[in-house]
Amino acid sequence: MKAAIVGGTRGMGRALARLLAARGDAVVLLGRDAHELATSARDLTARGAQGAVATGRLDLAEPAGFAAALDAADAAAGGLDALVVTAGDFAVQDDLERDPERLRHLLEVNFTATATLCQLAAERFAARCGGTICAFSSVAGDRARRSNYLYGASKAGLSAFLEGLGLAYRDRHVRVVCVRPGFVKTAMTAGLPVPPFAGEPDAVAQIVLRGLDRGTPVVYAPPVWRFVMLAIRLLPRAVMRRVRF
Amino acid sequence: MDGVSLETVAGWGRHPVALGAVSRPEHLRLPPDGLAVLPRGLGRSYGDAAVPAAPGARVLETSRADRALAFATASGLLTCEAGLSLDEVVRVFLPRGWFPPVTPGTRFVTVGGCVACDVHGKNHHRDGSFGGFVERLVVQTADGRLVECGPTRERELFLATVGGMGLTGLITEVTFRLVPVQTAWMIVETEPVAGLTAMLDGLRAAASAWPYTVGWIDCLARGPALGRGILMRGRHAARGEAPAAPPSEPRRISVPLDAPGWLLRPALMRGFNSAYYGRRARRPGGPARTVPYQGFFYPLDAIGGWNRLYGRRGFLQYQCVIPRAAGAAPVAEVLERVAAAGAASFLAVIKDCGPEADAYLSFPLEGTTLALDLAYHGAATESLVHELNATVIAAGGRIYLAKDAATRAQDFARMVPRLDEWRRVRDRWDPERRFRSALSVRLLGDRP
Repeated sequence: MKAAIVGGTRGMGRALARLLAARGDAVVLLGRDAHELATSARDLTARGAQGAVATGRLDLAEPAGFAAALDAADAAAGGLDALVVTAGDFAVQDDLERDPERLRHLLEVNFTATATLCQLAAERFAARCGGTICAFSSVAGDRARRSNYLYGASKAGLSAFLEGLGLAYRDRHVRVVCVRPGFVKTAMTAGLPVPPFAGEPDAVAQIVLRGLDRGTPVVYAPPVWRFVMLAIRLLPRAVMRRVRF
Repeated sequence: MDGVSLETVAGWGRHPVALGAVSRPEHLRLPPDGLAVLPRGLGRSYGDAAVPAAPGARVLETSRADRALAFATASGLLTCEAGLSLDEVVRVFLPRGWFPPVTPGTRFVTVGGCVACDVHGKNHHRDGSFGGFVERLVVQTADGRLVECGPTRERELFLATVGGMGLTGLITEVTFRLVPVQTAWMIVETEPVAGLTAMLDGLRAAASAWPYTVGWIDCLARGPALGRGILMRGRHAARGEAPAAPPSEPRRISVPLDAPGWLLRPALMRGFNSAYYGRRARRPGGPARTVPYQGFFYPLDAIGGWNRLYGRRGFLQYQCVIPRAAGAAPVAEVLERVAAAGAASFLAVIKDCGPEADAYLSFPLEGTTLALDLAYHGAATESLVHELNATVIAAGGRIYLAKDAATRAQDFARMVPRLDEWRRVRDRWDPERRFRSALSVRLLGDRP
């Protein structure tokens, strides 16, 4: 596999990049911070990456740069066949409720920018012999809840987009993987109360890697969240009004 | 932004416990506000070394800063962020033929923690402690500067930071040498030993031929059986001696709950220890066996959360070293006192140490070290520690800070002749005591 990873310097993206590099896949780390990218590239190399390791600048808040970033990643990897987007914005509901600018930024990064980037990559892969698009949505997008519907809405939109993308490009050999992590203990979620079924980034990355290889349309990680969310989706609205989570 | 959460923080012994404002950043930098902070790795030191100095004080946990930064395949020189764990080092580099030069009895420790505690292992008699393999550290000091230090550069800061329990600054990067091995298997000989003299003689006799030696002592046995146990000698297997495939990862089981207080009662422990000794003693000691490295170096890592076996009150681990010049008598006295108190559980570990390191607060010195678990029963356990310390001080020995939670400041000062030298270096780099812990409050007179 020749994969570009947006968000591969941190958390689950870091863990996934290590798994890919360790088995010899080419990895292009895309992100905003040149120093962080270089440090993570050194990490992959020092750990014995067999395939190519490269970095490139991509900021999800600047869609105008997406095409150039993909061009550069393509060149560095010798033809990408996978794009993984683990990056995203996160804020607690209180902050998003109070600060419209903060909310707008989160919605744009998590939905508009991620969808735009994935669409662009899908077109490119379809024009060749196919490829895989994998983006990290969230279980928060499976059912709106009062305590995090703003973040959840950005991920619900992304999940719907990815489902449609998978259907639309299936005939053109583009596979789409929508990862829906439950609570994972990373720097992103630091400081939040840890709920039951919380996952570790390394274990989640193993699950995602399997989904990536198989082209599984929807990957829950840890897997128990598939059933948790199934149950939550089935709750009547009257119940959702009463529960506080 | 990296979040901060208010959590209860304890060492592996789960005593004492304090509330800390814990952050786990992926990028190791001190907060710019200049307020007090305690660096903490994976929390495997037993006592209060990584417990906050005051309730709610800031704790900077390093384990998410886990990137390797460079590896020289010819020399084995590894540069990494300080939060990288030995577990990860072994998983990534052992398949490539490299092993940590020194490893404690658990792999769930960070490289930064190995430096801060100047950890030792079963090869101390031959190879010394971890700090001897460190070529360079990057330390963020109290004023926020990133200072490179090593055996020849900023040597004083280096010698104060190795074994300095995180009290000189935040270790952000470590460059150290891995050692080449041919396989992930060990050649191991075990031999039952009837008493303390035979144990000490056995360790001594094995020292020249074997890179790794250790003894397990049934510390509930008394009288002539005092010091009886199992002597283990090991070395890395060469390519032709071991299976071609590496050993599989052993299944890990976990202790899901705090055990009830009665579980580790003396009678039960006596039964366990006798059975353990008896089983090993019956096994013929003769031919060497080829065993996976995991079981040899990290037997307790197979049981996740084994510290919960001691229940909610937790336990202390007591580890001391007695200089060789003091002879076997103080070692016997420590074992006698513990056996008389009926306080020890499971097995004690005994090991001969090689020469002392240059680092001011490094624990090992040429002699015999003993480590044993003491279930925590409040004042009774603490006074036992003071009694044991009296024996150790009289013999010219010392205790290991990575284990300690009960030693008194005046006793500690009598154990460490180079303490004042270390204090002077700390005064220079951290005059305001930005870096402090429950241990530094207890032993060094820091304000909480």
